[in-house]
Amino acid sequence: MTNLVYGLIAGILFGFLMQRARVIRYDKQIGALLLQDMTIVKFMFTAILVGMVGIYLLGDMNILKISGRPLIIGGALIGGGLFGIGWGLLGYCPGTSWGALGEGRLDALIGILGLFAGAFIYAEIYPFLAGSVLTWGKMGSITIPQALGVNHWLIIVLFVASVIVLFRWLEKKGL
Amino acid sequence: MNDAKNKNGWNPYVSGALTGLLIILSVAVSGNYFGTSTSIVQLTGMLERVISPLRFAQIEYFNVVTPGISWQILFIAGILLGSFLSAIIFGDFKWQFFPDLWKDRLGATYLKRGLLAFFGGIIAMIGARLAGGCPSGQMSSLILLSVSGLAAMVMFFAVGIITVRLVFRGGDK
Repeated sequence: MTNLVYGLIAGILFGFLMQRARVIRYDKQIGALLLQDMTIVKFMFTAILVGMVGIYLLGDMNILKISGRPLIIGGALIGGGLFGIGWGLLGYCPGTSWGALGEGRLDALIGILGLFAGAFIYAEIYPFLAGSVLTWGKMGSITIPQALGVNHWLIIVLFVASVIVLFRWLEKKGL
Repeated sequence: MNDAKNKNGWNPYVSGALTGLLIILSVAVSGNYFGTSTSIVQLTGMLERVISPLRFAQIEYFNVVTPGISWQILFIAGILLGSFLSAIIFGDFKWQFFPDLWKDRLGATYLKRGLLAFFGGIIAMIGARLAGGCPSGQMSSLILLSVSGLAAMVMFFAVGIITVRLVFRGGDK
């Protein structure tokens, strides 16, 4: 029960921040894919950067146990590509469509119905996918530092530095 | 000034950093990383269990993802509510079917926007499940420095960029 309350609180704060930063809007999401307005990239990658440093710090302090997410190359590439098509057509992702509906965007509601239909179809075709795409290149739960055999802080520092360079470039270009 | 400020919203770096802190707090307090696509599967399963219990029992995927009220279902309900509250408090709640950019470039055809949104939703959901998460889940995956998060995120943007070029090709009504 407490866990559910935490979920609701985290969701409310996340929805609030996304609405304030405008990242739930179609114009912002498609603006990024048209390479004209990088607001969502700035928002997303700042969140990733802060989260990464914090989570790994907690990991090093033995407060959290950190492991990567499972990698299936077929799933990541084909699924990632399909998601890219769907995202480009809908203009919202699963999380932001709820936020967009919250500020009155009705096309997001149609998109949400599509998401439900997609989940229904996925469950129906899952046995086929589990025997094909989801067996192609099963690599286990591997992280970038594990794959390269280096300390995670080296990757974090490089990641933070590249993202900052990207941000500076975006600001210079007025994107 | 105030109007322009409201139009652009809060600084994306500041809001993004606050979101990062929120993720850390959520993981530290309750062990939950952000993600939003699993909950749709759980809700779909719950719906199917009511509508067609026989079919529901045969579907293998609902053993992989267990339908039921979860942290993540409350999380997406929270996103809906939080965005609504923010829009009401700051006075920019607006019922709107056609996004501004869409209307400017592609006009106001209900059927076209409706179909693209619906089928886009279907394809996005199937893709997100295959890739092991949608952008919010992949943000978590990248925070953990997972190779899968990096691969999925690169594909999301690369194919998204191509798709949007095709949707807006010509760019006139």
